[in-house]
Parts: sequence; structure tokens; C-alpha cells
Amino acid sequence: MSSKPDPRDDTAASQGDAAVLARHTELGYAGQPVLSGLEFEIPTGTRVGVLGPNGGGKTTLFRALLGELTPLGGTLEVNSTTATVAQTDRSRLDYPVSALDVAVMGTLGRLPWWRRPGRRERKRALGALEKVGLADLAGSTFGDLSGGQRQRVLIARALTADAEMLLMDEPFTGLDNKSEARLETLIDELSSSGHTVLIATHEVEQASRWDLVLCLNKTQISFGDPAVALSKPVLEATYGGHIVEIPGQPDLGVLPAHHHHDH
Amino acid sequence: MIEWITDPLAFGATTRALIEIAILGTVGGAVGCWVVLYRVSYSAESLAHGLFPGLVGAALLGLPLLLGGAAGIVLAAALIALVSRFATDTDTAIAVVITSLFGLGVLMALSPASPPGISELLFGDLLGTSQQDILVSAAVTIPVLAALWILHSRLLAIGFDENSGSAIGISPGLMTGLVLGLVAVTILVGVQALGNLLVAAILVGPAAAARLLTDRFRSMMILSVSFALLAGVAGIYLSFHARIAAGAAVVGCLVTIYLLAAVTSALRERSPMRTRTSS
Repeated sequence: MSSKPDPRDDTAASQGDAAVLARHTELGYAGQPVLSGLEFEIPTGTRVGVLGPNGGGKTTLFRALLGELTPLGGTLEVNSTTATVAQTDRSRLDYPVSALDVAVMGTLGRLPWWRRPGRRERKRALGALEKVGLADLAGSTFGDLSGGQRQRVLIARALTADAEMLLMDEPFTGLDNKSEARLETLIDELSSSGHTVLIATHEVEQASRWDLVLCLNKTQISFGDPAVALSKPVLEATYGGHIVEIPGQPDLGVLPAHHHHDH
Repeated sequence: MIEWITDPLAFGATTRALIEIAILGTVGGAVGCWVVLYRVSYSAESLAHGLFPGLVGAALLGLPLLLGGAAGIVLAAALIALVSRFATDTDTAIAVVITSLFGLGVLMALSPASPPGISELLFGDLLGTSQQDILVSAAVTIPVLAALWILHSRLLAIGFDENSGSAIGISPGLMTGLVLGLVAVTILVGVQALGNLLVAAILVGPAAAARLLTDRFRSMMILSVSFALLAGVAGIYLSFHARIAAGAAVVGCLVTIYLLAAVTSALRERSPMRTRTSS
């Protein structure tokens, strides 16, 4: 949710503005570049598939968008309050909290450190849970929910934090078909209500249905409308040439399964 | 039957012990919930043992035990931080430092200069609680409980998701440090009553038992404090009537409660009544 420069002066996410603007951006750790050549403009309210192999720079880009990393070179302008939606298998399932408790956690960033969240914050959190279709499960223990439901609770937490831009880290991993469809619809809804959504994914076919794709492999391979930006040469450059063709869609490919799991 | 309850209250020492254990049970049961959720039980137990040379030093020099204990904790924390830089992992560093410190404490305790009653530092002297001890315990406990109350939501959020720290504007390391700081203060309050070896029990036992029985933090906190109070009072009555050491009796009751909670939880897991939300 930390972002810079301060985005609060223009609230209702005025359209036409870029949520993110990267110019010659180079990102890395301790002076060592990990991802370079970033050159893109993400309009507010778009759905962007971020493709790339593990270690290709997706996590680094997300950390920079959150304001945890400053670019080594070039500029990275973030004009939206930003929140991440982590993979839920990384969160603690044995933790004694309800879905509502988790959604309330999103309000803490706006409260001074000595203020406890009260009725108003709980109401906002309930509203966010309603938005993600989980109002009736607000009282359920977080760890007892299904993977897809937990993912939506974390999205509700981001919404409670007033995030204009959501960064989703492989949100479809481990979801069944029904939950997957549910989450895709939610991403569409978020986008229509003005939220910018960046989705790190390995599913090329899925990414092709969103507004924009950003292909990364230590450098920016391509960016733009999936119909143009997702060619076979691009995918080969992105994933290092082990592409399986999808029947009927000769220009698109899917990945061998072993590409999952980061770090 | 009624005499069984009222008899011990005729003695000032028993009454003071009951008040002291009530204070200790409240703060121990509450702080203990965070010890369990932040998974720092090992560090908490180690801190208790690490301050032993501080206690013995204070006893040898005739200084207040609270002061010696505080110095001992600061020394232990500094040494652990130092050794962590060389050791393969933090657990190893803690183990090395704490056993060394504890050994040093024993060496000091067995020196010819050591005053009698050093065993009280190991096992506590609940029935020796003075009025002044109670006042000090209460004075130290109130800010600890206030900190828990104010920072509750942030402690909960960071414990749930370390990575949310940047969004909330609080570093996860700071929160873990805070939990350990509150643990240190609680140990200082409890070490005189329960002793160096047993004080960790009131921090870990009630909260661990409560965790087994509930899926909500609020009820976990209520159960944990109730268990600590119950074990404290039951232990003192047991010690009075069975003529056994008070600290050990309290810890025995804590262990009994934990075992009962474990059995209850295991039985509930097996029962078909327990349903999980699906889809």
C-alpha cells in the first residue's frame, strides 16, 4: 500500500491517467540489476497479465511497485495506492482469525498506531467482503476456507486498504475450475470499478483474455495488447524456448508444468 | 468443606501469594497468547534461564532481584545477538548462550560467598511474597496489559502476515521484538514467585492449552487468562493442603490443564460434528 508519489490528492482514479509509468527502468538489489529495460505505461483500470519464468523479475517488479525497492536506473512512477494479494498457501492457516478479522487488517494503514479499529472499520471490511462475494462467510475461520475463498479474503483486505492497484501473485495456483472462474469474474469486476489489476501468472491462454500483457525475462520482452504482444517468438524469448503449442491457437503456447514455484 | 477454602486465607502469606499469582496469571496468560502465535516459546523459556546469573549476582551483592534479573536479560539478549552472527542459526545461538549463562549462574550460586536460599531463585518463593512485591508486580503489569490492548490489532495483523508490515507501516522485526520485550518484563515479574526454572510455564502453558480449544483470538485470550488464574489458585490451595512447594504445585496444575485441553481437542477432532467449510 505504500506508494509514491502521494496519490491521495487525486482520489476517484481519474481515467486516462497512467497508474504506472516506467521509463528506462532498471531494478535490482544492492546495486545488482535483476530486471532492466522496462518501458511501459499501464492505464488506470486495466487488467495486466505479467508473464515470465521464475526469477524473471515478476517479484522484483511487484516489490518496486509497492515502494519497497527504488529503481537503480530510469524512473518508475506509481500513481495509485498499491496492495499485494499474496498466494494464500503462504499465509498461516492455523491462525485464530475470521475472514472479517483479516479484512479489518486492511484498515490499519490509515489509522494512527495508537488507534484500534472500531465499528466503522469493521463496516468497511464487511463491505469489502460483500464486494468479493463472501459476506455470508465473514465469521468463518480463515484457515477453514477454501483456497479460492482465502484469495478473495485477501483481495477484500486490499480493498479495505483503499488500494487502487492490486498486485496478484499467481492467484490461480491450486484453484479448482469453479474458484478459478469466480476469481476471473472478480478481476473483471475490479477492473470495471476502476481498479488496476496486475496478475503474475504462468497461464498464457488466460493472460491473452486481459487488456494488456507484460512479458519479462530479466528484461522486458514485450508489452501491449495480447493480440500483438503475445507472439510465439515473444513467448520463446520469455520462457527460453520450451513452448508447447495450444491446438487451434498456433500463436499461443502453454508452459511445461515444472515452471511453478518461485524463490 | 468451607474450611478447606477459608483456612489458607487466615495466613497473610497465602493471601499475598494468591494476589501475586492472580496478577502473574493475568499478565502471563495474556502475553502467552502472543508467545504462542509468534512462535517464540523457545526464546521465552531461554530468556527465563538466561537471567539466572543476574539473579544470583543480585543476591550475592544484596541488590533487588528485579534489578539483577533485568541486567541478566539485557546481557542474555546482547550475547544472543552477538553469537547469532557466527552461529549457523538463531536456535543454536540461543542454546549456546543460555546454557553458558545458566552454568555461570550455578557456579556463582555454589560459591562459598553465596547466601542461603539460593534455591528460591531456581524454584521460586510464592509464599514469601511481600506486600511490596505485589505493588511492584502490579505496577509493572499495568503498562504491559495497556500495550497489549493498544497494539492488539497490529500484533494480530503482523503475526498473520509478516509481509503486511510495509502496508501498516510497522516492521515485523519490531513487533517480534516487542513481544519478546513484554515476555522479558513478564518473566521479571514472575521469576521471584515461580523461580527461574518454572516461570516460563505460566507464559506458555495456559496459552498453548487455550489455542487447542478455540479458533478465535478473543476466546483464546479469555481462556488463557482463565486457565492461568485457575491453575494459580488451585496450585496454592494444593500446596497448602498437601504441604508441597507452591511454585511446583501451580506448574503441576498448568500441566494438568494443558493435558486436559489436549485430550479434549483430540476427541473433538475425531468427532464427526466438527465440520469444515468447503468449496
